[in-house]
Amino acid sequence: MANYKLQINGRSYEADVDPDTPLLWVLRDNFGLVGTKYGCGIAQCGACTVHLNGNAVRSCTLPVSAVGSGKVTTIEGLSADGDHPVQLAWDEVDVAQCGYCQAGQIMSATALLNKKSKPTVAEIENAMNGNICRCGTYHRIKEAIVLASSKLK
Amino acid sequence: MTTFPKTSRRNFLKIAATAGGGLLLGFHWSKTEASAIQVVGSLADDVSFNSYLSISPEGIITIFSPNPELGQNIKTSFPMIVADELDADWTKVKVVQAGLDTKKYERQVTGGSGAIPHSWERLRKAGATARHMLVEAAAKRWNVSSSSLTAENSFVVDKAGNRKLSYGELATEASSIAVPKDVKLKEQKDFKLIGKAVRNVDNKDMITGKPLFGLDFYREGMLISMIQRPAFGMKLKSVDSAAAKAMPGIVDVVSFKNNVAVVGKSTWQVNKARKELKIEYEADGPLESTADHDRLFKDLMVKGEATVRRKDGDVDAAFKSAAKVITREYQCPFLSHSPMEPMNFFAHVRPDGVELIGPTQTPDRARMEVAKLLNMFPDNVTVELTRLGGGFGRRLQADYALEAAELSSILKAPVKVIWTREDDLCGGSYRPAVRYRFDAALDAQGNLVGYKLRGVGINAGNCTREDNFPSGAVDNLLIDSVEHKSPITTGPWRAPITNFLAFAEQSFLDEVAMAVKKDPVQFRLDLLDRAKSNPVGEIKYDIDRMKGVIKLAAEKSGWGTKKDLAQGFSVYFSHRSYVAQVAEIEMKKGKPSLKKIYAAADCGVVVNMSGAKQQVTGGVVDGLGHAMYSNLTFKDGLPEQKNFNSYRLIKIKEIPEVECHFVDNGIDPTGLGEPALPPTGGAVANAYFKATGKRLYNQPFSLQEELKGVTLGEKL
Ligand code: FES
Ligand code: FES
Repeated sequence: MANYKLQINGRSYEADVDPDTPLLWVLRDNFGLVGTKYGCGIAQCGACTVHLNGNAVRSCTLPVSAVGSGKVTTIEGLSADGDHPVQLAWDEVDVAQCGYCQAGQIMSATALLNKKSKPTVAEIENAMNGNICRCGTYHRIKEAIVLASSKLK
Repeated sequence: MTTFPKTSRRNFLKIAATAGGGLLLGFHWSKTEASAIQVVGSLADDVSFNSYLSISPEGIITIFSPNPELGQNIKTSFPMIVADELDADWTKVKVVQAGLDTKKYERQVTGGSGAIPHSWERLRKAGATARHMLVEAAAKRWNVSSSSLTAENSFVVDKAGNRKLSYGELATEASSIAVPKDVKLKEQKDFKLIGKAVRNVDNKDMITGKPLFGLDFYREGMLISMIQRPAFGMKLKSVDSAAAKAMPGIVDVVSFKNNVAVVGKSTWQVNKARKELKIEYEADGPLESTADHDRLFKDLMVKGEATVRRKDGDVDAAFKSAAKVITREYQCPFLSHSPMEPMNFFAHVRPDGVELIGPTQTPDRARMEVAKLLNMFPDNVTVELTRLGGGFGRRLQADYALEAAELSSILKAPVKVIWTREDDLCGGSYRPAVRYRFDAALDAQGNLVGYKLRGVGINAGNCTREDNFPSGAVDNLLIDSVEHKSPITTGPWRAPITNFLAFAEQSFLDEVAMAVKKDPVQFRLDLLDRAKSNPVGEIKYDIDRMKGVIKLAAEKSGWGTKKDLAQGFSVYFSHRSYVAQVAEIEMKKGKPSLKKIYAAADCGVVVNMSGAKQQVTGGVVDGLGHAMYSNLTFKDGLPEQKNFNSYRLIKIKEIPEVECHFVDNGIDPTGLGEPALPPTGGAVANAYFKATGKRLYNQPFSLQEELKGVTLGEKL
């Protein structure tokens, strides 16, 4: 066990956990930030996607000891009231079915748009190909990203 | 639109029945008797209703939605039906998700696409009843005849008198109006909400990461557990748990039945300690492998003891005198349901009762089975539903709730059992592996005079659907099935049986049509005409509805008019609804690429256009993904694919464009959760044949010789 101070969503959090504990479980079990989901645990589905210093990372395979002073953003910290342009687009396009994968989808999409506000369809597909949606909402995911992109300057 | 988190009915009554008055109606969305609508005055009133509708003096309308929500849009669609008949202002409607705390939930089940068909009329009645009472209350207040009044957007309007009253203002008075015996429902042309695209009422919670799902449930003091389960055909021999118990954060390791449960304080600690278990298993039955099943299929196809499912005419004679016989076989593997949220359940067993909280499609089944297991009265077992991170049939089973309850009763503590993805893929209740053989007898004129189907399945029960098309259109027909009993557990998987049968049948019919040199669409229409004019035996599908979707799909896809594209056709009736699909493949530099799938659905009245398109598109993507990629094979009773690195699900790069159309025929809704899935594999395989001359007989397609070097879904 060791003590970790983490910067998450602009706040600092502290946890006593084993160094190899994936960030995912620290978020969920220690901090109650359960918006970040478990789907596979081996970086194959994207349900656990968060931002580390602005990059989309799979928190299920990121040991807490590797986070250091990096800035973590989770779905809970994406906006104050669910009004990030990507979240608004997700609502407008009515993307979610069961909804379980969608936090991860939104975090991957946001990381993409932060880097490139006008991605091509191929770039969208490349960025999103690691996020599985078992309900098959892929068409609307693409549509929502295009919509969000059109609203970004 | 706002939503409350799930709540018990009693809490709902507290939320809804404000001390300051208002109207509170209790009704049965699952009951057949019309009598089941009443004004509910107070908490002391009978609690035998399973749905409630309240209007507060402030005009807030609250609708209690008792069905499990797993992505099929019920939590939005149900209240839409009530609100339309009520002429409510949708922006003032709140939806409350119910827990299960009543004896009266006959169909608090999500499965079989049956929720909306089951409750359509009762939901409409509830809304219309409230509307009637509000209008009567206004008539009384103004002292005019209610027939001169109308209702719109949560107001009762007196056009002649140029005045209006809001539902909130009328609600308290309305509660003393007699509940009408027979209330007039709207004409469909007057629907204002039904048929529109309405956004999911839970969108905000989902896109902000609120704790909605079973896995998100947390209670102070609860323990976390993971369970090691044996391979199919094995049982527990011995456990050495010393090393696991010594790991940090571990509270206990307990064995029950064939399970070894590691119990601790955090998910990761439990997960790590679990790897330290030393468990010995011993055989308890056959340890089956996929290679055994392949052999079994061949044997049983010829020698198996078959149960006859349908027999018309004299098949033997028809095949003996046939000018031509076509025989084909098709096979599919086991599939896992793999909802994105793995199985999990919270249980707290106390001496006086059991509290269960989690994602289930069948809360009542969980409750009854847990009561039986723990020898308690069902009344002392409560089940609270969370949102479900997908189900696809897996959560119709109660196994994962039962083991949580059993573990809690052993630990005498609240515990949440969490399945890892590996547990989920190894944990059973799969879509069964099945092999079909079809035989068609053609006479000299190319008429289909004989038809045989034999299905061989592993724990698949009746793996045929003997009354489906083309039954009724062929004079001599025999459909039978053979079952092999295996320790590998199986269960309903989205569109049970038809999820693969439709592919096999629609591929076969395509080959028969080609053999008689008929256009595949015309061939099907001719068979349907034959079934209509001169039916053979009983016909259990609606011929006109089936023709309707065939024609709509052909029209919208420009069937037969596209020179550069290979089109494949498929149509299927399942779970009460009809869906036809056309797949389009383009050859680019000699490589086939799947461009587009058109789907034409007849599910009766479309309640929520947004949800309906989601169900159809999602069904197509699901049907395509599992036909193309997913494959669960076994070695000595254990799946060889244990996570998404080897068990393939479809990805965003692999989807073609999907275009949905709906037949508008005014028939009461017949459901849409499943019927769009079955036709997809057949449409794609038929298009693939047209494009390449190669037939796909087995799933997943991506592993077949015929698809070598081809990534059908990926854009070129
Ligand atoms: S849970 Fe991290 S990628 Fe699947
Ligand atoms: S919405 Fe259900 S997994 Fe994506």
